[in-house]
Amino acid sequence: MASAAQRRIKSISYAKYGYIFILPFFIVYLFFQLWPLINTFIVAFKGNADTGVDNWVGLNNFKDILFGNPDKPFTAAQTVHESFFRCLGNTVILWVGNFIPQIILSLSLAVWFTEANLKIPGREFFKIVMYLPNILTAASVAVLFVQLCGQSETNPGAINSLLSKVGIVKSLPNGHIDPIEFIDGIWPSRFVVMFIQTWMWFGNTMIMLMSGIQGINPSLFEAASIDGATSGQVFRKITLPLLTPIMAYTLVTSMIGGLQMFDIPYLYNKNGTVKESLETIAALIYKYFHVSDLSKSKLGYSGAASVLLFFITLALGCIAFYMTRDKDEIAKKKQRKKNEKQLKQQNKQFGGFSV
Amino acid sequence: MSKMSSVYGEAKANYTAKLKIKSAILFVWFVILTIICLFPIYILLVNATRTTTDISNGISFLPSTHLFENYKSATGADFRLNYRALYGYRNSLIITCTSCFLTVFFSALTAYGIHVYDFKLKETSYTIILLVMMVPMQVTSAGFLSFMSKIHLTNTYWPLIIPAVAAPGVVYFMRSYMKSSFPLDIVEAARIDGCSEFRTFVSIAIPMMKPAIAVQAIFAFIASWNNFYTPNMILISVDTKKKTLPMMINALQSSDVLNDYGAVYLAIAMSIVPIIIAYVLLSRFIIAGVALGGVKE
Repeated sequence: MASAAQRRIKSISYAKYGYIFILPFFIVYLFFQLWPLINTFIVAFKGNADTGVDNWVGLNNFKDILFGNPDKPFTAAQTVHESFFRCLGNTVILWVGNFIPQIILSLSLAVWFTEANLKIPGREFFKIVMYLPNILTAASVAVLFVQLCGQSETNPGAINSLLSKVGIVKSLPNGHIDPIEFIDGIWPSRFVVMFIQTWMWFGNTMIMLMSGIQGINPSLFEAASIDGATSGQVFRKITLPLLTPIMAYTLVTSMIGGLQMFDIPYLYNKNGTVKESLETIAALIYKYFHVSDLSKSKLGYSGAASVLLFFITLALGCIAFYMTRDKDEIAKKKQRKKNEKQLKQQNKQFGGFSV
Repeated sequence: MSKMSSVYGEAKANYTAKLKIKSAILFVWFVILTIICLFPIYILLVNATRTTTDISNGISFLPSTHLFENYKSATGADFRLNYRALYGYRNSLIITCTSCFLTVFFSALTAYGIHVYDFKLKETSYTIILLVMMVPMQVTSAGFLSFMSKIHLTNTYWPLIIPAVAAPGVVYFMRSYMKSSFPLDIVEAARIDGCSEFRTFVSIAIPMMKPAIAVQAIFAFIASWNNFYTPNMILISVDTKKKTLPMMINALQSSDVLNDYGAVYLAIAMSIVPIIIAYVLLSRFIIAGVALGGVKE
């Protein structure tokens, strides 16, 4: 008894260290993350440069962004409405265009890398090389691709001159080549941004999926191969279903990451101003608050757009989790509950005795 | 009997032949992907050694000899307005090293506090940390900037360094690591030997967590080194000498030196090469870290 009491005293006296140790984290979190988040919600209800950033304007910012002012086409309200939906569209296009090739590529590579009976030399080397683009500075990568995709007649850029050597890009009579407009063209530039995003992220996704596949019980694969399953069947019946949770995780993180897509589309241009066809939501928010004097910024719009982005992220996360939840597990849970209920009723019939 | 074995042998030979063909095809595919992965970087390095006229004349796969000339113009008067590599390295290193240290140390401290001690808010605080992981940076940045400008911290390095203390993803990783490989008996033993709580953490827990700390330090370093968003947001109007390296690369874009291709390629290469070298040395750690669900930006 005494020892129990002593132990209790001991644990009480040590509990304070727990608080002391986690205190720095929470103080910094409070000041630099939680308060800014709340503050974003506050500025969303305050004005912009024209109405004064310190004045409350209620729901006006949200109204402007969501509905605009269709009667007066060139007012601030209509502009912000149009640019918000244009940027949302751009974000979705760029995200879909990079996620689909990325997941196909990563999943197939992950399956091939983990297949034990294939004899491919240098797997480790391939893995390391494929992850390499992910650690490069995104800002530098964007500027590098601007250089590589140059398109003027006098400077065709590496990609265009490579394509002309292969014969895809035609030469002009005066000896110059007729370049593809990888920077000025709307779809070519989007294609390049999608390519860069896929290029940078497929290695990362591949390694995550690989660790997921390696977590699957190997005896399942063994049993399947003894039963004569082809690798396609193994993939469809074992790998894919058991990989669903980690795929859901990949989907959600990629979606949230996609909504935040900033560096590459923001920097992929020639003159320092972001292109309309590449402007993402994050870039729009950034543009509205990124001025040297905050009182001259459109801080209200930027806050309101952030709040909308926050709720879109939240909704997408919930939908993805709902769609990819483990249906068997839920069915089992229901069954278990049903059984318990039945058991209880039976017990009641037997006068409350547990059988 | 002999017929049986020959049928079996045939099937086996067939099977291995199929596997060999598949392996060969896949090997070729992997080589193609490797080339795609390395092509932009290779062209970057090659073009950094070529003259501007050579580059605009077309592509080349062989390096040239004009590296030094490009270096001269990349550090020359025209570039100096927007790009000063040595200052960039210094500033990026200051921010990156301090924030990397803060992230790793305080995350380990927080994870240790939650893991080792029993207190009322233990589970609550851990849940909060997990929830916080989900909020994207871009959502809070408008409020962050307006708060920072209110307390006059814009154009200083503090808002780039101090927030590194609260890195929920790293805390989560460290806690998972501790759960699997940090027995609480050691803390008891240290207490009996009269070791103070903080000293137990510094001289027993940290050495035991070296693998987790190494992985997270690498990721924190890379993330902070590559960060363009936050520095460009906070350092609104500073001299070129105070900018970080990615900001300088960005500044190059709106300047008129962008037509000096050779020097621009070299400037980009100078921002990328250090991290490639670090990657080549540490790649095994990094791949293992990603596999553990380390980070995803």
